[in-house]
Amino acid sequence: MSTEKDKNKAVITVVGCDAVGIIAKISALLAEEGVNINDITQTILDDIFTMIMLVDLKGAKSEMKALSDKLDKVGEEIGVSIRIQHTDLFYAMHRI
Amino acid sequence: MITDFEVLETVRMFQEQHLDVRTITMGINLMDCAADTPEKSCQKIYDKITRLAKDLVKVGEEITEKYRVPIVNKRISVTPISIVAAASGAKDYTMFAKTLDRAAKECGVNFIGGFSAMVQKGYTVSDKRLIESIPEALSVTDNVCSSINLASTRSGINMDAVRDMGEIIKKTAEATKDRDALGCAKLVVFANAPEDNPFMAGAFLGPGEPECVINVGISGPGVIKAALETVKGEDLGVVAETIKKAAFKITRVGELVAREASQRLNVPFGIIDLSLAPTPAVGDSVGRILEEFGLEHCGAWGTTAALAMLNDAVKKGGTMASSFVGGLSGAFIPVSEDEGMIEVAEKGFLRLEKLEAMTCVCSVGLDMIAIPGDTPASTISGIIADEMALGTFNNKTTAVRVIPVPGKKVGDQVEFGGLLGYAPIMEVNTASSEAFIARGGRIPAPIHSMRN
Repeated sequence: MSTEKDKNKAVITVVGCDAVGIIAKISALLAEEGVNINDITQTILDDIFTMIMLVDLKGAKSEMKALSDKLDKVGEEIGVSIRIQHTDLFYAMHRI
Repeated sequence: MITDFEVLETVRMFQEQHLDVRTITMGINLMDCAADTPEKSCQKIYDKITRLAKDLVKVGEEITEKYRVPIVNKRISVTPISIVAAASGAKDYTMFAKTLDRAAKECGVNFIGGFSAMVQKGYTVSDKRLIESIPEALSVTDNVCSSINLASTRSGINMDAVRDMGEIIKKTAEATKDRDALGCAKLVVFANAPEDNPFMAGAFLGPGEPECVINVGISGPGVIKAALETVKGEDLGVVAETIKKAAFKITRVGELVAREASQRLNVPFGIIDLSLAPTPAVGDSVGRILEEFGLEHCGAWGTTAALAMLNDAVKKGGTMASSFVGGLSGAFIPVSEDEGMIEVAEKGFLRLEKLEAMTCVCSVGLDMIAIPGDTPASTISGIIADEMALGTFNNKTTAVRVIPVPGKKVGDQVEFGGLLGYAPIMEVNTASSEAFIARGGRIPAPIHSMRN
C-alpha cells in the first residue's frame, strides 16, 4: 500500500446538507487552482451529503493553507463543511 | 487506498473530538553555557536558546498548515539550571530565570522548563541556591517553569528537600498572591522524573540527553471518549481493545508531526509522550472518559480500576504506534485543567484521598489542585512525602503540583486562565504532619532498587 503514498496528494471531505451544485462549485475551484481530482466517492449518510475526493496537488497554484482557506469560503457559500488534509496523515493513522 | 470510513473517522477526530498535538518541545542542552560569572553565563544561555529555537514556532505552524493538525503549544526544555549556573558563583538564580523568560519570549514559545534541580540523594550548593530562588524567580517571570526531583527508586526520598519544598511552595504562593498563587502552577516536584518529558511544568532536559532534541506530547481524551461511546455495555475486554486502537491512531499523528518537525528543524527526534492531556474545554476531559466506563461520577468507587485500565491500554496502543515512547506517557489527572474533574471536585464526589489512590495507577500525580491558603507548609510536605513514596516504592513517576491560594478557603474558586483552567479549593486533612516532617534525613531506597 505504501506505493500509493504520494507527497503531493490530499483528501478533501465535504459534509453537509445536499444542495444543487456542490460538486460543480468545488470542482470549478479545484480546476482554477490547478488541482487534479483523482477519485471521487459520494453518498448520502443519514440525510447528510458526504463526499470524499482524492486530489493531486502537483500542479497546484496555491499552498495548502491558501487552498484550504478558499475551500472554506466556497463551503460557507454552499453551506457545507469542507476539509482538506494531506494523505500522509491518513496512512499514518490507519496503516501499520 | 484508505477507505471512506477511515477518512471520515479521521475528519471527525479533528472536527468534533478535539484531536490535536499538545506540544512540540525542543530540548536544548545548556551544559556548555556555564561560565565564571552569571552575566557571561546568562548571555550564553540566551544566545544558544534563541539560535537553536528561532524557527520552532514557525515550523510548528508550517506543519499545522500541511496536515491541518492543530499543534497547541511550542515549548522549550533545558538542562537543569542548578547544573548550568553552578560555576557562575551567583548566590541568587533569579537572573537565570529572567534570562530563560526573555529567550522564551524572543522565540515565541509559551513555556520554558528547566529552572530545575535533581536532589533525590542530597543538595549541592547550587541546588540549594536554585531552590531558594524559586519564589522570586516564578513571581518575576511569565513563562518559566520549575521542577525539582526529590526522590527516586534508586536513591530513596530526600526528606530534607521534601520539608524545604513545602516551605518553598508556600513562599511561591505568597509571592504571587495577587495572581491567585499562579507561581505554584508553574512549580512541580517529582519522584523518578523523566528526563525527556515534553509536558509542563515538569519538562527539563536530563544530563543523558543529546545536544538538541524534539519531543512531542500528544493529547486526545475526546477521541478515546468518542470511541468508548461506540461500545456501551460491552465487557471490559472490548473496552480495553477499543482504547488501544484509538491510542494507536492518536500516537501515529504525534509520530508524523514529530518526524516532520525533526526533519524541518534538522534536530533529532527523541520521543513521543503518549499522555492523554485534558483541557478545560468540554469534550477534552479524562474525567469524562472514566465516567464513560459506567461510573456515575469520576471519583466513585471503581474509578481507580477504570483509570488503571485506561492508562495501560493507552500505553499498549501507543507503543505499537511508535518505537520511541518516553516522557510520562499515560493519563493525566490535573484537576483544574479538566472540565470533568472540576465538576466532580466542586460537587464533592472527588476528594484528595481518592486522587492520591488514582495517582498509583496514572502517569503523574496530584496535579493542579488548589488547597486552602492556610494549609501549613508541613502538611504540604506531608502530601509530597506520600506521593514521593508512591513513586519510589512502586517504581514509577509521581509528582505534586498543589496551589495553596492565600486568603481562599474550601468551597472558594480560583481562576488561572487558559490551559491551566480553574479549580475549586479542595479540603485537606487537618491532622498535623509537623513532627514527622521535622525529622528530615533520607528515606532509604526500597529493597527492589537493588537489581544489579
